[in-house]
Amino acid sequence: MSIRERLSGNEAVATAMKQINPDVVAAYPITPSTEIPQYFSNFVANGSVTTEFVPVESEHSAISACIGASAAGSRVMSATSSQGLALMFEMLYIASGLRLPIVLIVANRALSAPINIHNDHSDSMGVRDAGFIQLYCESNQEAYDNTVMAVKIAEKAKLPVMVCYDGFITSHSVENITLMENEEIQKFVGTYKPEEYLLDETRNISMGPLDMQKYYYEHRKDIADGMREAKVIIEEVSEEFAKVTGRKYDLYEKYKLDDAEIGIVVLNSTAGTAKDVVDSLREKNIKAGLLKPRAFRPLPYNELPNELKHLKALAILDKSDSVNGYCGPLFSEITSAMYSSGINVKTVNYIYGLGGFDVKADDILEVYNNLQEIAKTGKVDKTTYYLGLEDGGEK
Amino acid sequence: MIEIRWHGRGGQGAKTASLLLADAAFNTGKYIQGFPEYGPERMGAPITAYNRISETPIRVHSNIYEPNYVVIVDDSLIGSVNVLDGLKDDGAILINTNQDISTLREKLGNYTGRLYTIDATKISRELLKANYPNTAMLAAIVHIADIMSKDELLREMEGSFKHKFVRKPEVIAPNMEAVRRGFDEIVGG
Repeated sequence: MSIRERLSGNEAVATAMKQINPDVVAAYPITPSTEIPQYFSNFVANGSVTTEFVPVESEHSAISACIGASAAGSRVMSATSSQGLALMFEMLYIASGLRLPIVLIVANRALSAPINIHNDHSDSMGVRDAGFIQLYCESNQEAYDNTVMAVKIAEKAKLPVMVCYDGFITSHSVENITLMENEEIQKFVGTYKPEEYLLDETRNISMGPLDMQKYYYEHRKDIADGMREAKVIIEEVSEEFAKVTGRKYDLYEKYKLDDAEIGIVVLNSTAGTAKDVVDSLREKNIKAGLLKPRAFRPLPYNELPNELKHLKALAILDKSDSVNGYCGPLFSEITSAMYSSGINVKTVNYIYGLGGFDVKADDILEVYNNLQEIAKTGKVDKTTYYLGLEDGGEK
Repeated sequence: MIEIRWHGRGGQGAKTASLLLADAAFNTGKYIQGFPEYGPERMGAPITAYNRISETPIRVHSNIYEPNYVVIVDDSLIGSVNVLDGLKDDGAILINTNQDISTLREKLGNYTGRLYTIDATKISRELLKANYPNTAMLAAIVHIADIMSKDELLREMEGSFKHKFVRKPEVIAPNMEAVRRGFDEIVGG
């Protein structure tokens, strides 16, 4: 049975956490993810969860408490955004290095300076090499569903997972959603039975001691292998989820892409706006399509080039900037995968919506118009555009 | 799809009103979005909130630039905020005010489109003994935008008030009266 509801993204994720009933949640509030520990502490106070809630004094402590609890053998979750995630940075590598299946909710927000509380993907993209699986979500429904699946993915892959969705746009917007029954979620996530944990009285182990050069190198390769193998785990867990809910998720979502001539790659909520634009272009017999990555870590490096190879022109949209004098992270990684697969499609990069600068259907249309021009002429004038700021655009 | 933009001042409850409207429309089976535009919020500063209401799933995730309806919770915003910006030609504007229609048309740069007023502040003061114009505003916009019937609205609001005011049942009846009057006392067209 499913439950028809209307919730904001944060309410949806907090509800998923309540239904999962993890052993430990440690969190420190930061806009726009504050509501998650706020709602969750209510659940703790009114007894609807049996979770040990640790209200810590900083995000560094939040993830540290999560690491300790997870190493002890608990199922552990937290939530953060922006500066909070940045403050966790050194501990993120420890979470993944110790192979701890922590689920970290990230309501994406810009990084300072200048100070800004609104959405872009600078925070999660900034920690993209920390060894966390990263799942990106278009809507409150996807945020809810991915939170449920993340628990299982993390525990099977023995890697921590970030569930990323757009701050305010998704976190604070109330929309329709279909919830699962508590029993369905409990059955789906099951009981966490760690293979190795510190409080196992039958087996004395230590975690995180010094590695000399060769062991360190081997262990780091193990993490890389674990991430590579996580692709199959994500697919398996998603398949199982589809059997329970009827909602099918892959490593990425294609929208009218297979017969498209021009296409864009875009993450999270903007993909929804872009789907409406694809439909309006299709009505004019313009063969537009879209690809929305769900897993950015692991990157579907074999699959993506294959899905994009038939396009005459492609735009990869980045809601963060690598400030490398060139492009954003999604562009550099996907074009790199395309090059390695011998795929040569005319591809441009659009940085967009930094600091929550609103992205309208007309802005996406402008991207597709440029792609039509590129498809027609075969000429790429420049690689990287700043959507909405070109030609002295409105600030 | 119906798109609505709310203009209010921080603390007046425009955001809450947009969420209440989303709730009511959701309960009649619609797909909805309700979201505020978060700025540097301060009590009294102009704020904006939005609603989308549709028979089919809503995918667009941008602010609303060409609303079907504009709702103004505080008439002192007219002149300092461009409340008519992008309003569709066949759209309408609803203002919480005690001013007459012709004065407002003039203040809105001789606006000739559909214009409605409701004195939600007066309704609230009379019934609730305080300035909570939301309830009457909500009923008025439901009427103007034909989001649901009066009976459906009354049923929805009664359910929601019973839940919200479980510890203050004495305020349910005056709030229901505010819904009725908000629905019925609209002026203009």
